[in-house]
Amino acid sequence: MAGSSPLIGVLALQGDVREHELVLDALGVAHVAVRTPAELAEVDGLIIPGGESTVIDKLTRIFGMREPLRARIAAGMPVFGTCAGLIMLSNRLSDATHDQQTLGGLDVTVRRNAFGSQVESFETTLHAPDVTDDGVAASFIRAPLVEEVGPDVRVLATLDDGRIVAVQQGNILGISFHPEISGDLAFHNYFVGLVADAVSSVHA
Amino acid sequence: MADSTPQLGTDRVKRGLAEMLKGGVIMDVVTAEQAKIAEDAGAVAVMALERVPADIRAQGGVARMSDPDLIQGIIDTVSIPVMAKARIGHFVEAQILETLKVDYIDESEVLSPADYVNHIDKWKFTVPFVCGATNLGEALRRINEGAAMIRSKGEAGTGDVSEATKHIRKIKSEIRALSSMSEDELYVAAKELQAPFALVQEVARTGALPVVLFTAGGVATPADAAMMMQLGADGVFVGSGIFKSGNPAERAAAIVKATTFYNDASAVADASRGLGEAMVGINVSDLPAPHRLSERGW
Repeated sequence: MAGSSPLIGVLALQGDVREHELVLDALGVAHVAVRTPAELAEVDGLIIPGGESTVIDKLTRIFGMREPLRARIAAGMPVFGTCAGLIMLSNRLSDATHDQQTLGGLDVTVRRNAFGSQVESFETTLHAPDVTDDGVAASFIRAPLVEEVGPDVRVLATLDDGRIVAVQQGNILGISFHPEISGDLAFHNYFVGLVADAVSSVHA
Repeated sequence: MADSTPQLGTDRVKRGLAEMLKGGVIMDVVTAEQAKIAEDAGAVAVMALERVPADIRAQGGVARMSDPDLIQGIIDTVSIPVMAKARIGHFVEAQILETLKVDYIDESEVLSPADYVNHIDKWKFTVPFVCGATNLGEALRRINEGAAMIRSKGEAGTGDVSEATKHIRKIKSEIRALSSMSEDELYVAAKELQAPFALVQEVARTGALPVVLFTAGGVATPADAAMMMQLGADGVFVGSGIFKSGNPAERAAAIVKATTFYNDASAVADASRGLGEAMVGINVSDLPAPHRLSERGW
């Protein structure tokens, strides 16, 4: 792991990997696709992209990534999950399929497809004052919602009606929506800051 | 302060769902039980239809949109996205599918066309559409009509991957050709592709379609799926190849694995072991021209 310029991994088993890579390119941050435990060992922080959570879950188990991921998350590696990534990082699902597992890390309960089918998918502008002073362009695509949060979880953004769509607990960031589809850099920039802080505290 | 009124059915959310499916396998299913098997095997979405293409081909007759009860039963059974097919140009079948809240409509040459001149005006819908294409011009004409995802057509219901190979190679090579042209050559290129100039310009600039490109039609084995991915597909549709094979659940899971690790031949080899009989299949060259589905749509 490099000292000054952190390397960010994008979990590349399934989903919108390329859109996250484009945002990291726009921020000028070094990144690498992560499919194997060896690749995971090289990164300072990890993005779990949008995709189909049931599929990403199965693939992490089939290809021996589940335990290495859980170990890195438990050891404090910064992780950022969007949509399916939020689902993977939540401790509890209110509507998991019969064999679905999550990696956990966020003390929250998440409902999948909380808005309904694709015709309910929408774009909006959010306010996340801890992340940026500007509005955040957000695409919600068959999106999940955070239904309950534990005492150590900070809410970073809600919809106008108060429903929770962005949370942070320590170095773990989880959001319901896709700034990478909207091309909004603010949340990724915030996450890069978490990774840089984690790297410098290790090397301090 | 920026507008926080939710906007439904925008280009971004329509195309965005397809982005979420990338690297995945979309499987044809004809019952809720098959849909469950597909979900458990790692399908990223299912395509709900009454007969798989191999049976449509075998039984002949006019193939139409499926019974709403069948589609509803599948939507109620799985949590992954559900797609369903409408006939080319049949905008009322599409309206019905939208009210059923399917996640994507496939305006598909596998069904009998309802209009031999016009495709559906897909901009009018909140639900997104995927359309088939055999070449870049056809893909761009569909995108111009509002398609939010493209699949190369292949020859559905054959288990013969040669047409799928031909179509994905054709689309990819035509994109590469545009990328190498000078700006003033794009006018003639647009004329020759019979595609809108603005879209031709965009493809030339970005080196990619503006929407996700899957491949379809004849994929029957893990190796077929991995080859489509190596040829540059964002993901694969598998129709008859799974539920017309000897062991659907294992074959489905194997195709999912091969699609993820398409660049790792030993992983594809492992996925290919012990799957039993693949679908029997028909060689495309043995099909008389009127029975070639990929020639429907224009």
